[in-house]
Amino acid sequence: MTKPHWLDRPANHRKLWIGFIIVLVVTVLAEFVWPIHGHFEIESLAGFNALYGFVACAAMVAFAKLLGLWLKRADTFYTSEDSESLASGAAISASGEAHGEAHGDAESVGKAHE
Amino acid sequence: MQRAWVKRMSNLLLHPGLVLIIGGMLMSLCAPRLRTGLQLGLPLLALFLVWQIPDGVAHQLSFMDQLLTPIRSDALSRLFATIFALMAAVGGLYALNQPSRLEIAAAYGYAGSAIGVCFAGDLLTLFVFWELMAIGSSLVLWSSGTTASGRAAQRYILIHILGGVLLFAGIAGHVQSGAGLEFSAMRADNLSNLLILAGMLVNAGAPPFSAWLPDAYPEASWSGTVFLSAFTTKTAVYTLIRGFPGNEILIWIGLFMVFYGIVYALLENDMRRILAYSIVNQVGFMVAGIGIGTEMALNGAAAHAFTHIIYKALLLMSAGAVLMQTARSKCSELGGLFHSMPLTTVCACIGALASSSFPLTSGFVSKSMVTQAAADGHLLWVWLLMTAASAGVFLHAGIQFPWFVFFQKDSGLRPAEPALSMRLAMLILSALCIVIGVWPELLYRLLPFEVNYAPYTAGHVIAQLQLLLFSGLAFFVLLGYLKRTPTITLDTDWFWRRALPGTASWLAQWRITIIGLCSPLERWVSRFSNVVSAAIGVRGPLSGTWSLATMGLAVVILLIVQLVVVMS
Repeated sequence: MTKPHWLDRPANHRKLWIGFIIVLVVTVLAEFVWPIHGHFEIESLAGFNALYGFVACAAMVAFAKLLGLWLKRADTFYTSEDSESLASGAAISASGEAHGEAHGDAESVGKAHE
Repeated sequence: MQRAWVKRMSNLLLHPGLVLIIGGMLMSLCAPRLRTGLQLGLPLLALFLVWQIPDGVAHQLSFMDQLLTPIRSDALSRLFATIFALMAAVGGLYALNQPSRLEIAAAYGYAGSAIGVCFAGDLLTLFVFWELMAIGSSLVLWSSGTTASGRAAQRYILIHILGGVLLFAGIAGHVQSGAGLEFSAMRADNLSNLLILAGMLVNAGAPPFSAWLPDAYPEASWSGTVFLSAFTTKTAVYTLIRGFPGNEILIWIGLFMVFYGIVYALLENDMRRILAYSIVNQVGFMVAGIGIGTEMALNGAAAHAFTHIIYKALLLMSAGAVLMQTARSKCSELGGLFHSMPLTTVCACIGALASSSFPLTSGFVSKSMVTQAAADGHLLWVWLLMTAASAGVFLHAGIQFPWFVFFQKDSGLRPAEPALSMRLAMLILSALCIVIGVWPELLYRLLPFEVNYAPYTAGHVIAQLQLLLFSGLAFFVLLGYLKRTPTITLDTDWFWRRALPGTASWLAQWRITIIGLCSPLERWVSRFSNVVSAAIGVRGPLSGTWSLATMGLAVVILLIVQLVVVMS
């Protein structure tokens, strides 16, 4: 068994986090050395971009989760329907009568996924 | 006289778009070695020809009392044609091992038509190339050969036919109103111009038809998606820059696209679909910039289209490499690929950083012009939303894509790096992302307006780093909420994939009742349809093989009838 890659060792994850947090702090502190001359007043608040970036992302994730509750479906949602309606498409050319039945099946499959 | 005609014909024959379209068709008939040579050489020839076209109108002809301008060039046309030809060249290199002859021929036809749109000086030429693009791109999609891609190609072409019909109706109205065929800036204040705008917006992936893009692109082959990502939405951006700069509605449409792309990508599991939503997101920035409409904003939109084509193709190339080597595209089944695909991982990360506008990458020097334009125009809300969206881009594309595909939990998959040609293509695009990011003046020189903007000020770099790195923090803090699930998220395509067919079958179930109520009408309809099918059905006289003489006679009769109608 070869040695695990350094990214796979849990001890290094801690080090990566510490490094990341140091970088984050440095980017905020840098603002005091090189002030941000933004166009809008709000930009000159200390750490505005840092806070805004974090909060905006958290808000987008929260919104996405909410939307997901409403609109998420199994990833077979369309594929099963597509294959069924392909079958019904073949049925149409064979005989018009089969159409209603085949499509009914497709719908019940769709409902099962919901 | 004759010399002028020869000159005109040679102008037309040296049209870079036509060279690519016709060359692509001939290429598919050639022997393998010659085909490889043409596949690499044709786009470079087209790129050379793009730069040979002088500014202004190079070629005009009269058609049905209208003056057509098939070739007209300026800095804007040249910028987009350059990146399209460049993309065809690198895409051709990437797709060197693609066994499908149809895909490459169709992709070159598609790219050539996109170049044709860039040089179209009139709306009719624009429309012709616009429709050729729809055909080329549908064939690229269809040539993937799977059932899913066939179905997706059907839906794709239907949406694009709808867009084309809107565009053509608008053009017809535009000409009818006496505005002529010339393609120049318009205001969206009358029906025909609104129809033209709507036709262009369908291709840009704007609501309510945005779903065509994430529906179609991930169904193409590993190389097909790379071609698809480059041309359709960006020609739409080009036409909007030229046709509708400064129409305020575009700001709000663009901002909607920006957030739609982020939110849907956050929920998505398929890696190529994440990138497809990300295309809508990035095009949203461009559309919003066009809505702002100042020189800075239009420069920003054009520059961002240029850099976006490069880094998005790079991202899709890395995704294509993963798909080819693992036959998987769902994030929930991937992870840990950096072990055995280090080069692909690095290239994907460069593309992801460029797409998030990280300093020293191409996205930083282009997108910041759009946000700067919002600030210059004192549009506080637009600026705030764009800045929030910039943070969101890092979240959904910058970290999410590389993290779930190449890192996260180890899936145990150990695929090899892709073929040499694919690695080379990724390296070229990675280099371009960095070169443009480090020396932005190389790109700024090509922009339609003079650039008075310095992206690298200490304040700007620090602000951007804060914004992006804290978005990164948000990603890792919220990772538990971002776990991939084997799901899709319903989009507007639900209306044409489920609601419409559902309604139709519901109506069919009620048909029996309706027939009972209006059987006489039903009888007449069926009698009429019998007559029609007898005439044009499989064995009907109109469907048979006609001799040349009969055809000739029929045409003569038609012409006489038309003459009579026109004279009377």
